[in-house]
Amino acid sequence: MLLIPCPHCGERNEIEFACGGQAHLERPGPQADATRWARYLYYRANPNGTQRERWFHAAGCRRWFNVERDTASHEIRTAYPMGEAPAP
Amino acid sequence: MRYSAAALLRNAIGGQRHWRPAWRFPRPRTRYDVVIVGGGGHGLATAYYLAKRHGIRDVAVIDKGPIGLGNTGRNTTVVRSNYLLDPSAALYEHALKLWEGLSQELNFNLMFSQRGVVALAFTRHELTEMERRVGALKLNGIDSEMLTLDELRRRVPLLNLSRELRYPVLGAMVQPRGGNARHDALAWGYARAADALGVDIIQSCPVSAIRVERGRAVGVETAQGCIEAGRVAVVAAGHVTTLMETAGVHLPIQSYPLQAMVSEPLKPMLDTVIMSGLVHCYVSQSDKGELVLGAARDSYVSYAQRGSAHINAATIAALLELFPVLSRVRLLRQWAGIVDVTPDLSPIIGPTEVRELYVNCGWGTGGFKATPGSGWVFAHTIATGAAHALNAPFGLERFARGALIDESAAAGVSH
Repeated sequence: MLLIPCPHCGERNEIEFACGGQAHLERPGPQADATRWARYLYYRANPNGTQRERWFHAAGCRRWFNVERDTASHEIRTAYPMGEAPAP
Repeated sequence: MRYSAAALLRNAIGGQRHWRPAWRFPRPRTRYDVVIVGGGGHGLATAYYLAKRHGIRDVAVIDKGPIGLGNTGRNTTVVRSNYLLDPSAALYEHALKLWEGLSQELNFNLMFSQRGVVALAFTRHELTEMERRVGALKLNGIDSEMLTLDELRRRVPLLNLSRELRYPVLGAMVQPRGGNARHDALAWGYARAADALGVDIIQSCPVSAIRVERGRAVGVETAQGCIEAGRVAVVAAGHVTTLMETAGVHLPIQSYPLQAMVSEPLKPMLDTVIMSGLVHCYVSQSDKGELVLGAARDSYVSYAQRGSAHINAATIAALLELFPVLSRVRLLRQWAGIVDVTPDLSPIIGPTEVRELYVNCGWGTGGFKATPGSGWVFAHTIATGAAHALNAPFGLERFARGALIDESAAAGVSH
């Protein structure tokens, strides 16, 4: 069970949230080829370690934000609002 | 040594001193024709069919721990082939047909029990989808029937069919040839049969990287040194992406924990497998009497072999809705395995952009049932360098082509 620090509401139980997967994806332009589109649509990082991902506070402020989490230990290093870069 | 009634008798008279280990524990040689990374059911089945059907016996199966201790030893042992789409139906039905003769072929009791798999519908939409699926299955020659509520009541007397529930059961479908098998026995049976054909099974030897030279796989780096290989086949489930990335191959796979539980042993009460989608749980009773429960998977990537408690709570709530008689039953154990999930919930079986590097992964939350068929087609792919007709649609290139095999609508349960 995760305790997720929503940047707007503070720490809340995992059951209030929905995970949106890998953060900071860039949508390719209209000229991109099929391989590029496949990467964007279907391929996601799957690290055994630190990952940046999007979460949605579904049963709270209903806002999206970013989380930096370790996929092996489940430790959450930091949470930050959409459009911002994580603290170094 | 062949297992038989005569062998039992001989050893009983001889004081049980003459049994031999079911497979050897060899030190790895410096080179093999084929190195298979992953000693679960799929990897061991691949080795067996390489040796048996294709005469390729210079094979090593390497696992980071004892064989069959990953998802093979953690799944809920359901075997069925009632998939909606034609490519999946053909692949899983091929596996089910192999299951039907496998205990005899391997000379190992897999405790394969075709007790039927019953799926429940709770909404008009689920019922309509179920009728569509039964129709598609019949067109593919796979046994499947709809059950009326009266038939369901006779088949599963303890099931709660009250109209007063939040989601009352509206109908069900059954695959009579589906059922259960002993999961460990599948790994052990394939291991013993492959070993007898000359395959080396290397246990407790983690593989850290795949060696690639000039676009061609040439071996693997392991805890016991480098092992050269003519061909490398990776069947590493939840850890497949981290390993394949050492060869520069990216896969559209996410690794998630999937949980299961068993109850304390009970007297016989359930002689079929129940799969329940909306009120999410699946349950069967093992030969020891334990109820084996499958839960949903967690929603975020994880390599920790543990899942969240609220997932199990929801599964138990669903079970009690279906079988209120179980409210005082205690759980014995719960655990999680790390499953490899693709965007279309179908596996990836085939060659990669690196020559002589093959991958079999993405079985996600339901790979156990497919083990014999998976090993059979993967062995063919490795031996010939090209996919068999059965796994040709399941290549890695389908994602760039947009030719997905989207089984999410057809999964037995909602994940």
